[in-house]
Amino acid sequence: MTKSIIKLTVNGENHEVLAEPRELLIHVLRERLNLTGPHIGCETTHCGACTVELNGKSVKSCTVFAVQANGAEITTIEGIAGPAGLHVLQQSFREHHGLQCGFCTPGMITRAWRLLKENPDPTEEDVRFGMAGNLCRCTGYQNIVKSILAAAAEINASREAAE
Amino acid sequence: MNDLTPPTHDERVANLKGMGHSRKRVEDARFTQGKGNYVDDVKLPGMLFGDFVRSPYAHARVVSIDTAAAMAVPGVLAVLTAKDLAPLNLHWMPTLAGDKQMVLADGKVLFQGQEVAYVVATDRYAAADGVEAVVVEYSELPVVTDPFKALEPGAPVLREDLAGQTSGAHGARRHHNHIFKWEVGDEAATDQAIGEAEVVAEEMVYYHRTHPCPLETCGCVASMDKINGKLTLWGTFQAPHVVRTVASLLSGIEEHNIRVISPDIGGGFGNKVGVYPGYICSIVASIVTGKPVKWVEDRMENLMATAFARDYWMKGKISATKEGKITGLHCHVTADHGAFDACADPTKFPAGFMSICTGSYDIPVAYLGVDGVYTNKAPGGVSYRCSFRVTEAAYFIERMIEVLAIELNMDAAELRAKNFIRKDQFPYQSALGWEYDSGDYHTAWDKALKAVDYDGLRREQATRVEAFKRGETRKLLGIGLTHFTEIVGAGPIKNCDILGMGMFDSCEIRIHPTGSAIARLGTISQGQGHATTFAQILASEIGIPADSITIEEGDTDTAPYGLGTYGSRSTPVAGAAAAMAGRKIRAKAQMIAAYLLEVHDDDVEFDVDRFVVKGAPERFKTMKAIAYAAYNQAIPGVEPGLEAVSYYDPPNMTYPFGAYICVMEIDVDTGVHEIRQFYALDDCGTRINPMVIEGQVHGGLTEALAIAMGQEIAYDEIGNVKTGTLMDFFLPTAWETPHYTSDHTVTPSPHHPIGAKGVGESPNVGGVPAFSNAVHDAFRAFGLRQSHMPHDHWRIWRIAHDLGLHD
Repeated sequence: MTKSIIKLTVNGENHEVLAEPRELLIHVLRERLNLTGPHIGCETTHCGACTVELNGKSVKSCTVFAVQANGAEITTIEGIAGPAGLHVLQQSFREHHGLQCGFCTPGMITRAWRLLKENPDPTEEDVRFGMAGNLCRCTGYQNIVKSILAAAAEINASREAAE
Repeated sequence: MNDLTPPTHDERVANLKGMGHSRKRVEDARFTQGKGNYVDDVKLPGMLFGDFVRSPYAHARVVSIDTAAAMAVPGVLAVLTAKDLAPLNLHWMPTLAGDKQMVLADGKVLFQGQEVAYVVATDRYAAADGVEAVVVEYSELPVVTDPFKALEPGAPVLREDLAGQTSGAHGARRHHNHIFKWEVGDEAATDQAIGEAEVVAEEMVYYHRTHPCPLETCGCVASMDKINGKLTLWGTFQAPHVVRTVASLLSGIEEHNIRVISPDIGGGFGNKVGVYPGYICSIVASIVTGKPVKWVEDRMENLMATAFARDYWMKGKISATKEGKITGLHCHVTADHGAFDACADPTKFPAGFMSICTGSYDIPVAYLGVDGVYTNKAPGGVSYRCSFRVTEAAYFIERMIEVLAIELNMDAAELRAKNFIRKDQFPYQSALGWEYDSGDYHTAWDKALKAVDYDGLRREQATRVEAFKRGETRKLLGIGLTHFTEIVGAGPIKNCDILGMGMFDSCEIRIHPTGSAIARLGTISQGQGHATTFAQILASEIGIPADSITIEEGDTDTAPYGLGTYGSRSTPVAGAAAAMAGRKIRAKAQMIAAYLLEVHDDDVEFDVDRFVVKGAPERFKTMKAIAYAAYNQAIPGVEPGLEAVSYYDPPNMTYPFGAYICVMEIDVDTGVHEIRQFYALDDCGTRINPMVIEGQVHGGLTEALAIAMGQEIAYDEIGNVKTGTLMDFFLPTAWETPHYTSDHTVTPSPHHPIGAKGVGESPNVGGVPAFSNAVHDAFRAFGLRQSHMPHDHWRIWRIAHDLGLHD
């Protein structure tokens, strides 16, 4: 099958990859760019383990063709932590026991990161609804919700302190 | 206070982060940054990919397999069929249950999704292309998916390979689709008790077929190094050491030349206990090609082919006096095992620990009979977040109690309390042969009822029923009660083994000269947080901070042999091994401390993180100082170094219990439910990490919610799997999942070194009957006795409809 060159900016780095038109974005990220943080859980857009940020939106990269992402800005879990260290969400998931086996966690945190950008002060209901595209089999979500709400509060408090 | 002020006793205890401390997890730094290492993350130079051709039919002859076109697909290197595996005698493999299973279809297929051919290619796309190009000609055979029909005289013969065999691994077979009959208890005495009883309740309780469905599917990477003759196998294995032994027995490769590695595992829940054709085919493909071969199943393959759970038809009879004192329990199970008996149970227990079905109750006489049956469904029968068949047992007895309460016209909470095994009866010998180690059911029950204001809820429910009858509301209120008792921590070697391997577990500890340590265990975490919690047990036992102890599991070249993690056995068995190994370290440390302090061994005593001279606490040696001395001092009569290993054979299993109450609103016209309150009290004995326990409870309850309220592996009459994707197979999201309140009592296990019982599976075992009983209870006032799970919206609507509530 004819391959084409796909240009991607992933976690701030520019990449050119040669991929078949049918190749899925998740496979390009995991196999070609060695970004194995996003996982494959269902290959049908249900579980959200493969969630990445694509041009400012959460997408499930198991049902996006890599060619569709040509020219896109992508953020994966590997790009969430900043130079100063872990993102508040990453710390909050640990602090509030928001993960167990860790398989859903990269997608969960990447999705929560976008959720808090769009809704910096969510209610519990907002979080439960906004995270409903990401499945977890271990935690029962209670501590995930707690982690996200606590992260939101912390981000807001530090923003207010800065203002 | 200044830097020179010695830490207080409490500060030293806190510094250890030992048992009872909600220590944050050490695993999380990696996982939150996407730095986990799961099997699909394993990447080796030249690695190939395997993929299966699977049967679209549930029962058919394989007339021919043409691989020519597949071999012509670019990137395809090999296509394996049963014919290729037969010369190696690997076209069939033994199952954990004493049966055998086709690795690749040998003449016929017996369930939809069965492995027919294995394509090996340079990447996963080419492998998928190869799968598409394999041409298989089938000739359909009559299908049987109902275990009762499978036992009819004229039923199709499924297992032709067993023709003429009138006995199997578990005794006599009475029909060509019959696997075994397993019986426990005194049937004659039970029948007599029930026959003479004042009140008898009978019911068929079906626990439907479902699937553990961890978020990560099963997979492996096999790498045969032809130069040094060593096979390395990475995989999603809940029991890596057993996999090594099985791989050695099957392949003929000596066990020291096989290294099995379970890397990070993305949830297991029983799905990853078994040995699957993908592992065998990947090993063979690596031997044939000389290259590493990866196989990772997709979600549809996972749901269709690897390790279903449950599928138990449980016919019960329970008898009582008019006052509600239970006098007998009879249970007969028709167990649908699918096409091959691949249950993961200890060898002598073909129905697992189903005989815990007398539950939390003092039942004088009981009988259990289980008939295992072949059908054209996937093999498995694994313990999905429960010790072997314990969730089936708990669901059965907790439904039977409810039905008996209806028969007696009695409150179900009162009926339970009237029949609980009393605290003073422990250790308690059950009618079906178990010795319950410890319990205090009445205390737990009273605490739970009080916490939810049970009497108030019943008053509210009665008011609601009246309002409903007057047409003022269309919502009913259900109060789901459960008091469960589990049996976990298999188990004593004397009666528990898997493929002949006794179910002990192990821990090996090395204390480093500077006072930190590494410990390795025979278990493997799949999210339970072993790296965090086992270090806490050791911290308390040895006196070295948990933060200074590395825990490793899952590499058979380095970890001591163990039977793995399932059936809530890690804490009861490997946790005990950790404590015992820790005590060996401490015993040697005591000798070293006494030598350094120039006193007799008996004149020093352990105090948190040090040995002190009795009566002179200012004279002490810390564990850190002792560790250093172990490596740099010549101590007469004491070997250098500070290491210990313990292989722990538990004297008994442990019996965690709990009281769960679910309050549910049900819309009669839509069948939609809302969980208003869920209270879960668990007694898992000594608590190692309360934060981790609470997390386990939340997760297990959510899996219970899924099973009770919608999740199933459903088949149509010709054996098509109707629930092969996450569109059809219900996994709750954050939106559907309620908020849980957890609580506890502490009744330590008397025989466990630290009194711990295990908790990971309790919430699933207790949760399923709590949710289901809530649904039943909502309709009790309108005459509902029994309605099978899963209670999805349509089925609840159907209950209301059949009771005439839509008229």
